[in-house]
Amino acid sequence: MDALDLARWQFGITTIYHFLFVPLTIGLSVVVASLQTAWHRTGRAEYLRATKFFGKLFLINFAMGVVTGIVQEFQFGMNWSTYSTFVGDVFGAPLALEALLAFFLESTFIGLWIFGWDRLPRRVHLATIWAAAIGSNLSAFFILAANAWMRHPVGFAVDPETGRAYLTDIVAVLTNPQAIATYLHVVSASFVVAGLFVVAVSAYKLLHRERAVLTHPAGSAGFRPPVHPDEPGMFRRTLRAGLVTTALAGVVVTLSGDHQAKLMAEYSPMKLASAEAIWDTESAAGFSLFAIGSHEIGEVGVGRNIIDVEVPYVLSVLATGSPAGEVEGINDLQRRFTEQFGPGDYTPNIPVLYWSFRLMMGLGLAGVGVGVAGLWLTRRGALPQQRWMYRVAIAALPAALAANIFGWVLTEIGRQPWTVVGQLLTAASVSPGVSLAEVALSLSVFTLLYGALAVVEVRLLLRYVAAGPGHVMPYPGEGEPEPESIPAFVY
Amino acid sequence: MDLPTVWFVAIAVLWTGYFVLEGFDFGVGTLLPVLGRGRDRDADRRVVINAIGPVWDGNEVWLITAIGAMFAAFPAWYAATLSGFYLPVLLIIVALIGRGVAFEYRGKVDDPRWRARWDAAIIAGSAVPAFVWGVVFANIVRGVELGADGVVRSGLLDLLTPYALVGGLATLALFVLHGAVFLALKTDGPVRRRARGAARAVAPGAAVALFAFLAWTQDDHGSGWTAVVAAVAVAALLAGAGLVVARREGWAFVATAVAVAATTVVLFGALFPAVLPSLLDPAFDLTVANAASAPYTLGLLSWIGAAFLPLVVLYQSWSYWVFRRRVTRAHVS
Repeated sequence: MDALDLARWQFGITTIYHFLFVPLTIGLSVVVASLQTAWHRTGRAEYLRATKFFGKLFLINFAMGVVTGIVQEFQFGMNWSTYSTFVGDVFGAPLALEALLAFFLESTFIGLWIFGWDRLPRRVHLATIWAAAIGSNLSAFFILAANAWMRHPVGFAVDPETGRAYLTDIVAVLTNPQAIATYLHVVSASFVVAGLFVVAVSAYKLLHRERAVLTHPAGSAGFRPPVHPDEPGMFRRTLRAGLVTTALAGVVVTLSGDHQAKLMAEYSPMKLASAEAIWDTESAAGFSLFAIGSHEIGEVGVGRNIIDVEVPYVLSVLATGSPAGEVEGINDLQRRFTEQFGPGDYTPNIPVLYWSFRLMMGLGLAGVGVGVAGLWLTRRGALPQQRWMYRVAIAALPAALAANIFGWVLTEIGRQPWTVVGQLLTAASVSPGVSLAEVALSLSVFTLLYGALAVVEVRLLLRYVAAGPGHVMPYPGEGEPEPESIPAFVY
Repeated sequence: MDLPTVWFVAIAVLWTGYFVLEGFDFGVGTLLPVLGRGRDRDADRRVVINAIGPVWDGNEVWLITAIGAMFAAFPAWYAATLSGFYLPVLLIIVALIGRGVAFEYRGKVDDPRWRARWDAAIIAGSAVPAFVWGVVFANIVRGVELGADGVVRSGLLDLLTPYALVGGLATLALFVLHGAVFLALKTDGPVRRRARGAARAVAPGAAVALFAFLAWTQDDHGSGWTAVVAAVAVAALLAGAGLVVARREGWAFVATAVAVAATTVVLFGALFPAVLPSLLDPAFDLTVANAASAPYTLGLLSWIGAAFLPLVVLYQSWSYWVFRRRVTRAHVS
């Protein structure tokens, strides 16, 4: 165990954790903005109540995304100073653009939205949530362009004197085919998560809609207001909206994922071969469903599968578009890279990649499947009567979040042993001046802090879901109109 | 001016914006227990927090942009600074995480113990970075044990020199004063009164600390023009304290903002043309010239920065205009 290992663990833990909140921010910002637009167009209090209810949940999540993002920008310099010095000229530019063009927009307008309900004209106030949503969605583009560059570096050269990379073509970096495919895939996956978040919350509220008995007195910690008769109607609508979001985003996530598989075959053959446990180059390769392989450490280039259950031709179709297409194998690639880059182990962690790929696809498609099936089951205003269906809909949310995580594990582990493919090895990227003790300390602090915050965040979300829309915007009494002025959120 | 120098100035501008804006956020958070006390303590604490509620997140993005600009324009500076100041930077990040979550979560559960815990996160999360940034910048100006390989070998104890500790005290005191003046300007009722009192109480100490820090900086690293700016900083601080006592709160805030800005300018002025000096050998200094990115990147960033930073300033100013009214207990009840 050395500082490199711990720095990698820290990067993995903090990035995955950050990415639990980011997809919800990306997708929910647009969902909330759309609900508010619906209110603006129709004037129906139901949409306003839904905006405020989901807006509150969005904000609870948003705060976590913001603060965990700070770590990301700092830790490149803290733990990966050799990497940062090497790539800053290229990689730093999209990060600086992200802050300047996207984060300022997002943070300033989210403040205006939270506190501006009673200060801004309604149309302007509506524009603030859209501006924040645009900021969130734009920020994803810059950081993903930076990440795509690490996997498929373009638009740069290396200065022979300083040994540092420098940018030669920003357009090439921003239109990197890997960047565009990744952006579509990650953002649509984020909308799947956000759609399923709305589905899960709505399904939970519909599942418990008959609960009308007060079990705790008002003002006490366990107080739950009774379900207002209008509430099920609102959640029936938001359930539909969530399902539509999930299904539409599901189409994009599937198509962009398919496109990415082809790019992977072209630009990251080792990642594809490892994710598929293809040891020797094959034509008409099958898609492996289950495999157990053997790969002696230190004896690279001679691995094989002991058990492998395959669906014939499918991998060749996915990777090349043709059933007879050739897919390069790990052993052959290892030989090729050794000739190209010198002796070394150029294979990533194969079992992790193999299972991450399958879990990403399986869980992701299951989530999308819930969206599509749910649309069918709720057609023409129907609501399923079977309680287990609601429970499945709720379970689809963690499944989709897990799919996102496995997608990132696939991306990041699949790039190994490189930080910048063909240019810089991960082992050569760490900060030489940072000690094992220092990284151990920061890793422990972040892990403990993040663990504690996760508990707090989930509890808070559950609490606000349970309290329901009447808590953030009380229903008027029998026969009374909805109030004219809309109070702002305050801290 | 060549492009690397332009970007040194641009980064100084971003840090100046950050310290002027988040400086008062830090002061406000540090003063939370002092200004929100007594019988209506929670109402007053909410007044204090809501005074910066709409703007603190946007203010913090100045830091994210400053760091991003250092990464893009001076990769070696970014890398050596963040890895070289590993533990102080870790402390700042943890503080900012706790504080950011605390603002959002504090009022979400109606329970005194819950609020007390988040209040602690706000107070520590504001005071710690206010102090540590001063320590870090004092060490950047003074220099660190930077080798020919660009690696910083100073340990945590090497960073805690008397000069750096005075720097930390100076930024902490300056930000507390700046925050007190901000609250005097942005709130009404008991909080406004107490904020004025806090400003008066902290001003003499802040003046002494800032004077000591800037005089020391000037003596070891300054040039002719930084002496003038340093004098402006101390004078503006004293003027700000006087104006807030005289209830000219708007002008007082302008004055403390000038004090923060001038202090930042002195630090960057004293640093130039190095970006991270080496205590081992001047030949190992990271400088504007040897740490900079290539002209293509710097030129590109210049165009984008010139186009968009004014826009950012414009919409952030508009946000301050929207929330120009004083926050009172009536707002938060």
